Amino acid sequence: MSEIVPPEVRPKPVVPAKPSHVAPPSGAPFLPSPQGTGGEGRGSALLGYIGIDTIIEQMRKKTMKTGFDFNIMVVGQSGLGKSTLVNTLFKSQVSRRSASWSRDDKIPKTVEIKSVSHVIEEGGVKMKLTVVDTPGFGDQINNDNCWAPISKYINEQYEKFLKEEVNIARKKRIPDTRVHCCLYFISPTGHSLRQLDIEFMKNLSRVVNIIPVIAKSDTLTLEEKIEFKQKVRKELEVCGIECYPQKEFDEDTEDKSDNDKIRETMPFAVVGSDKEYQVNGKRVLGRKTAWGVVEVENPNHCEFSLLRDFMIRSHLQDLKEVTHNIQYETYRARRLNDNGGLHPINSSGHDTQESNL
Amino acid sequence: MPERTMAATEIARQAGEGARAVPLSGHVGFDSMPDQLVNKSVNHGFCFNILCVGETGLGKSTLMDTLFNTKFEGEPTQHNQPGVQLKSNTYELQESNVRLKLTMVNTVGFGDQINKEDSYKSIVEFIDAQFEAYLQEELKIKRTLHSYHDTRIHACLYFIAPTGHSLKSLDLVTMKKLDSKVNIIPIIAKSDAISKSELAKFKIKITSELVSNGVQIYQFPTDDETVAEINSTMNGHLPFAVVGSTEEVKIGNKMVRARQYPWGTVQVENENHCDFVKLREMLIRVNMEDLREQTHTRHYELYRRCKLEEMGFKDTDPDSKPFSLQETYEAKRNEFMGELQKKEEEMRQMFVQRVKEKEAELKEAEKELHEKFDRLKKLHQDEKKKLEDKKKSLDDELNGFKQKKTAAELLQSQAQQAGSSATLKKDKERKNFF
Repeated sequence: MSEIVPPEVRPKPVVPAKPSHVAPPSGAPFLPSPQGTGGEGRGSALLGYIGIDTIIEQMRKKTMKTGFDFNIMVVGQSGLGKSTLVNTLFKSQVSRRSASWSRDDKIPKTVEIKSVSHVIEEGGVKMKLTVVDTPGFGDQINNDNCWAPISKYINEQYEKFLKEEVNIARKKRIPDTRVHCCLYFISPTGHSLRQLDIEFMKNLSRVVNIIPVIAKSDTLTLEEKIEFKQKVRKELEVCGIECYPQKEFDEDTEDKSDNDKIRETMPFAVVGSDKEYQVNGKRVLGRKTAWGVVEVENPNHCEFSLLRDFMIRSHLQDLKEVTHNIQYETYRARRLNDNGGLHPINSSGHDTQESNL
Repeated sequence: MPERTMAATEIARQAGEGARAVPLSGHVGFDSMPDQLVNKSVNHGFCFNILCVGETGLGKSTLMDTLFNTKFEGEPTQHNQPGVQLKSNTYELQESNVRLKLTMVNTVGFGDQINKEDSYKSIVEFIDAQFEAYLQEELKIKRTLHSYHDTRIHACLYFIAPTGHSLKSLDLVTMKKLDSKVNIIPIIAKSDAISKSELAKFKIKITSELVSNGVQIYQFPTDDETVAEINSTMNGHLPFAVVGSTEEVKIGNKMVRARQYPWGTVQVENENHCDFVKLREMLIRVNMEDLREQTHTRHYELYRRCKLEEMGFKDTDPDSKPFSLQETYEAKRNEFMGELQKKEEEMRQMFVQRVKEKEAELKEAEKELHEKFDRLKKLHQDEKKKLEDKKKSLDDELNGFKQKKTAAELLQSQAQQAGSSATLKKDKERKNFF
């Protein structure tokens, strides 16, 4: 009984049964195929088992071998528990807590961007996780344009990727440092969004996938939580801010209904912790207070597990794809079409002509 | 659930650029990532494109029918094609929940001509055209790569005629031209025409010829432990000797696909009879994804590199300042505009020159005309003068004549008068006489 947490039942996505043996000898079993018609192309009726569906297995093996990259950015005022939450999400010390800074450390004058990479492995799947921290955001007295360095960083990553993609002799696997997901921490005031929050999300929601979370939500009661969330959702709608998952990128009705459910519960009210306590004979992650223990993974206490399931277990690949297929493509199209662009990172001083290669 | 932790050295190797490996203290859940990825791909559908190269009548269409267990449309082609053409057909197949868009390209008329020197050209052009289409899409500003219908050829099945001796020179030349553009899998067609012992010798001969001519055929990948063993065994069985058939014959109590001869029945799916099962295994069930990947990362990249270099782009200039494609494009564009301007100048100058010349010519002509006119005028004047002189002289003559006439008339009248007076006188005298 050295288990830390009781093994959760992972929702196994629907995957067709893989053939357990490799080479069926002569007299192959003729499995009746359910549908044998094609779309607008010429359809052909299948008369027996070919083995096309093994491509799934082949693909899975290949992706497991190569591993994944995932880059997450955390934005929010200091003290909102960003690093703790990331550590809790990925169950490891991937983010250094600023509480460990000494008091003599200077508060950064501008927003700094610090990115740290770790390799984590689970179930044979390797992931290179990069956490981008933004100390100094919202901490000054005058916070004008404090999202500018963040915006610049994100665009720089797109630029790096673009430059690599445009090379003549390019690498087999272009290193992907683009920010796939940005967790924005909302202070649990219980009133409404701050001006800074709105401005940040307005400026960046079209550039990166933003997932807003209500930090340190154990200071809100259930009713306050519900009210606050409604207010936040309303305000986001009024300002025209689309957080991930964006409505316009829903691919089909199934997606839409899944994502609608998520959108109803966003922003997630989370609590982070990396300390364990004994509750009812089990060891759980939680925060111990005088009036009880807030269990992080208890869906009645906070929505951390919802966030984790949503972000990691079901939409991880989707986050990457939206970043690659939509945000990056938008950036690329804009960049290639640019007329005296607005990018401060552009050192080459590109000309203003339209280029359509 | 205990997670499998790799050895620290392995994790460190994976870390690459300074990323530390950290152990997990609980279950996070990103190991469902491959499943997520696969699900997305399944929703999207797959595509696979096969090119069949081989002489007419080697059983290409039949083999495709047998491989994919369907009856594809089309009838056997005639043998009198003037050149090699490529006909492609796309089919949508579905098995469980996997949708596959299968495109099969057939070479029509390959090997039928008397002069086969250019046979390979249309094949190479076709393959390049598919790469070009993808490259164009990739270079667009507004592009939709993730929903692009990929038509690049993933596998080329080269059908070798079952002569039992060696490869034909046409085969060698064609394969040599294709090996850097597509994954070639050579197969011996209609292999029921060769006996087993001859087959072994034939295979060895073919392999050695390919090696000695430097033809790179597709090697099944052996880096993944799960398939390394089977792939390396199969690599030794290349080229596969296949038999295709869509007819079914009852053997025992089962209907199997076979070819029936008076002396026996060749069963397609019997591994002792032919390598069909091996081909199907390798092509579809084990390496389809790898074929697609090789096409994209090796052949397509090579094509792209060559094409872009040909167009004049380069990656870095000697000062090691990386050029962006756009910058190079701008530079080229300016160069081109400059050339254009130069050409314009030249043309303008030429035009001016021509105009000048023409003007000079015209001036010359004008001058000549003037001279002529002057000459004519002078001539005219001379003539006139002459005529006037003549007239004058004639007039003089006329006057003179008139004078003479008057003088004569006067004289005559005088004479008459005198005569009359004379007659008077005479009369008087007569009178007087009397």
